[in-house]
Amino acid sequence: MQKIEEMKIQSSADVVLVRQAVRQFAIEVGFGLVDQTKIVTAASELARNTLDYGGGGTVKLETLQEGGRRGLKLTFDDQGPGIPDVDMALKDGFTTGGGLGMGLGGAKRLANEFEIESVVGEGTRVIVVRWK
Amino acid sequence: MDMTHSSKIPEILKIHEADLLSEWNQELIATNTRKGLIKEAELQEECREFLKLLRIAAQSGNLSNIQALEWREVREMLSSISRSRSQKGFTPTETATFIFSFKRPLFDRLRQQLHDSAELGEEVWQATDLLDRLGLLVIEAYQKSREEVILRQQEEMMELSTPVVKLWDGILALPIIGTLDSARTQVVMESLLQKIVETGSEVAIIDITGVPTVDTLTAQHLLKTVTAARLMGADCIISGIRPQIAQTIVYLGIDLTDVTTKATLADAFLMALKRRGTTIARK
Amino acid sequence: MERIPILQMGEFLLVTIQVDMHDRLAMTLQDDLTNRISQTNANGVLIDISALEIVDSFIGRILGNIAKMSRVMDAETVVVGMQPAVAITLVELGLSLTGIRTALNVEKGMALLRATVGEPATEAIATEWDEEDDAED
Repeated sequence: MQKIEEMKIQSSADVVLVRQAVRQFAIEVGFGLVDQTKIVTAASELARNTLDYGGGGTVKLETLQEGGRRGLKLTFDDQGPGIPDVDMALKDGFTTGGGLGMGLGGAKRLANEFEIESVVGEGTRVIVVRWK
Repeated sequence: MDMTHSSKIPEILKIHEADLLSEWNQELIATNTRKGLIKEAELQEECREFLKLLRIAAQSGNLSNIQALEWREVREMLSSISRSRSQKGFTPTETATFIFSFKRPLFDRLRQQLHDSAELGEEVWQATDLLDRLGLLVIEAYQKSREEVILRQQEEMMELSTPVVKLWDGILALPIIGTLDSARTQVVMESLLQKIVETGSEVAIIDITGVPTVDTLTAQHLLKTVTAARLMGADCIISGIRPQIAQTIVYLGIDLTDVTTKATLADAFLMALKRRGTTIARK
Repeated sequence: MERIPILQMGEFLLVTIQVDMHDRLAMTLQDDLTNRISQTNANGVLIDISALEIVDSFIGRILGNIAKMSRVMDAETVVVGMQPAVAITLVELGLSLTGIRTALNVEKGMALLRATVGEPATEAIATEWDEEDDAED
């Protein structure tokens, strides 16, 4: 049965809650420890981006079932300033926030599917999927 | 198909069950080329059981949809027969013959009982359709049990192929045999790192003497393992790099400068011992 | 305010992170730790992360900062107990935490610190400045 949950990301305590919820979903989907850790880490990076660069937003957690395989899909939404150059933002070491600049690119490497849509002045949506 | 006309097959199965059984048995024994694989008594028992379940299922009047609830016991029985046949070494043909050999006795009986040729044609069609479906079910179950065997063997091979062995107190070795693909590397990586934690070993030797070729992806996986081990506080030594692999590594432009490499497992072991402050002396 | 405790063990400081840290807590730890190094004159810092279920780029950066800052203050940092799944994920993420020394557990980390800091030299100096050594203990 599909499970869906939506959470807000307004503070760094919310980021911790998102990590815990993603862990719970990953366990339910049946991920092994390494896969759990990967998707939780990706969620942590993206939730922080939503908070720090998007000025807060939401995340939607969904379990997926497609044929025989199961997965977990996370959709991060914010109404922040948007990213002018998405390709640049995906490069390792690129940062405007004083971080290591591994957030987006790192999250992409930790997921099986990665999508980003960003409109300057309107906001950013990042979708990651990890399959079992 | 004319659904208002009810089939005579359920009734025939009911009235002539004993005759059908003995004729079918003879048919099966005549065609059974693999007498060593199954006892006649066992075969007879299977036939008796199947006929009984078939009769019960057929009384429902549904002869076309064997996925329906009333056919469940027949399906389960055939699956279990297929499974045991495949384990005993029967071929798919031999396994399916169990069902198809029932056609002759049943058709003979239909011919005896029905004299209207149109009706006979209709009934034979229904019977053959039903038995074909059951036969296909048998083949599918046979195939499935084979696939399960393959899957289990793959898993066993995966585990067998990644033995992490303790060479000395604090020194582990992982001799890799065969090609490293992504899935396998993940298993190798995880089991090595897990063993490092469990045994508190500070040095792990990854021996690739048995790896036929190294491509960019494999080399990257190896490097990732070495880096992950370092993050945990353990050092990796890669040994057994054969000349052609050394050439490939250089041609591919893979940077192994941060990794300790040794020609043989023995050299790597010696180095690991030295690092731990242990020396070997000949008495 | 929530804080991660810092224990003093002789000339070393020991931090065991046992909670899922939010970012501000990690920043607080960085501040607290550098303050304690200067107060205690510690020459080694041991950070046990065996209970951490993930290390993302932020925590990774904090660990790197602590190592660099303490080095400037003449203290070595060793991070111990990283779980295999965490290490694999960090590598995939693209972080190799270069410049951070690691050990498998607290015991091995201690041994590494002792070997690096060099106890004999410390003892020799300790006899010369007896008073200060007492104050440290």
